[in-house]
Amino acid sequence: MANGEEKIVLQYQVPGDDFTRAGEASADLKARLKRLGFPAAAVRKAAISLYEGEINLAIHAGGGEIRVEVTPERIEMWLDDEGPGIPDIALAMSEGYSTAPDEVRSLGFGAGMGLPNMKKYTDSFEITSEVGRGTHIRMAVEIGRS
Amino acid sequence: MKISDIIQILDAQLLTPQADLDREVHTACGSDMMSDVLAFVKDQSVLITGLNNPQVVRTADMMDMICIVFVRGKRPDAGILALANERDMAILCTEHTMFTACGLLYEQGLRGGVH
Ligand SMILES: Nc1ncnc2c1ncn2[C@@H]1O[C@H](COP(=O)(O)OP(=O)(O)O)[C@@H](O)[C@H]1O
Ligand SMILES: [Mg+2]
Repeated sequence: MANGEEKIVLQYQVPGDDFTRAGEASADLKARLKRLGFPAAAVRKAAISLYEGEINLAIHAGGGEIRVEVTPERIEMWLDDEGPGIPDIALAMSEGYSTAPDEVRSLGFGAGMGLPNMKKYTDSFEITSEVGRGTHIRMAVEIGRS
Repeated sequence: MKISDIIQILDAQLLTPQADLDREVHTACGSDMMSDVLAFVKDQSVLITGLNNPQVVRTADMMDMICIVFVRGKRPDAGILALANERDMAILCTEHTMFTACGLLYEQGLRGGVH
């Protein structure tokens, strides 16, 4: 990685009240990874996964926090919120399942493909959630496997 | 075809004057659901949509698309155009419906991505 740095840590706050700003973190991550010279496929997978996660923080959780650690081997991302939580994670992970209201659908989201997309594009994906407490996701893209 | 050809075929208006219209495009995707666009990485370069909000530009950016066509006369606002300009994207708008716009472009050789 550039300048011989071992690890780059990035942190972002996702607002819960401004849908138009969701996507700023993933756009920033994408631009940085490109500048660092990471392979295009890996950059895209990480950016899409973070983008879907960011949208979820904005529309389902009332906002949240993102932490990204970038090393030459992997791009690792944590998304944490203190939103309503997910009662049935297996159901939420299935393609097409969505509780998004019509107003979110009219904005182009709420197809129920976000969590499945995140799992599909990352090499490891873990989600834990507690109703009334919040949701935590850790996911990573391995550079060698892209 | 080139982005300039799309303008001609769709009788479209260019809303980002500084965009490079000589760039080649071979594949496109037409959708109003952004998660569907994100679900299939196929190296498409044009997004045709009736949706009008900043997430359209962000989604296209995630997919490395270089041109967005807004159908049915939808006109993106200055904030959306600014996002597109930052990314060197060409923004077009046409009066045609989604179906007709896609049909006209397909007829002239533009294709969906390879699955
Ligand atoms: N951070 C979150 N907090 C609470 N619920 C969530 C969160 N992320 C996802 N969900 C729930 O999981 C469902 C599926 O999520 P997703 O696959 O991204 O689809 P969509 O966002 O289109 O509804 C959502 O509709 C919502 O009920
Ligand atoms: Mg989602």
